[in-house]
Amino acid sequence: MSPPLAVAISVTLVLYVLAMALGLLRLMRGPSAQDRVLALDFMYVVAMLVMLVLAIRYDSSMYFEGALLMAMFGFVSSVALARFLLRGEVIE
Amino acid sequence: MIDTVVAVLLLASGCLALTAALGLWRLPDFFLRMHAPALASTLASWLVTLGSIVHFSAREHSLSLHVWLIIILLSITTPVTTVVLARAALFRRRQAGDALPPPLGGER
Repeated sequence: MSPPLAVAISVTLVLYVLAMALGLLRLMRGPSAQDRVLALDFMYVVAMLVMLVLAIRYDSSMYFEGALLMAMFGFVSSVALARFLLRGEVIE
Repeated sequence: MIDTVVAVLLLASGCLALTAALGLWRLPDFFLRMHAPALASTLASWLVTLGSIVHFSAREHSLSLHVWLIIILLSITTPVTTVVLARAALFRRRQAGDALPPPLGGER
């Protein structure tokens, strides 16, 4: 891996961390419950992007499975939380 | 050369993710805020996936497209999440008696 790519990966990870920090602020601040669910979904997506960038950083495709699992669990948890906000229960 | 392409794709995706987070943090209303994370789950993920495909294809000297699965999964799941969450938000606002956004379709 060339030095410019290593620097770019570090900068990208820092940008992702800043994005996740803003999402966390919205998660803690969020005036309503749906704001918190939205922020949690956003943080799931950014964490998945972090896994993909780490796969490039460490030249390993093992991170890919982690990213795939993170995308699936993010979807399931967001839909379950939204259903809970809509109905008051997840499974009827 | 390949590394430069990957680096540019990753940096662009980082800036887009930060833009989405700024929108999520700064926009005043929930229904405005719902627009911002779409930037991260569409364009930022596309750019990272493209960078990953370019990097691993150049390293293994063959086309490795398995990262594309994440894009397929995201493009199926993100609209579902957004629609369900928007319906939940509308329902909760109607329950609380707050002001709702105007309905789509203009004059009717």
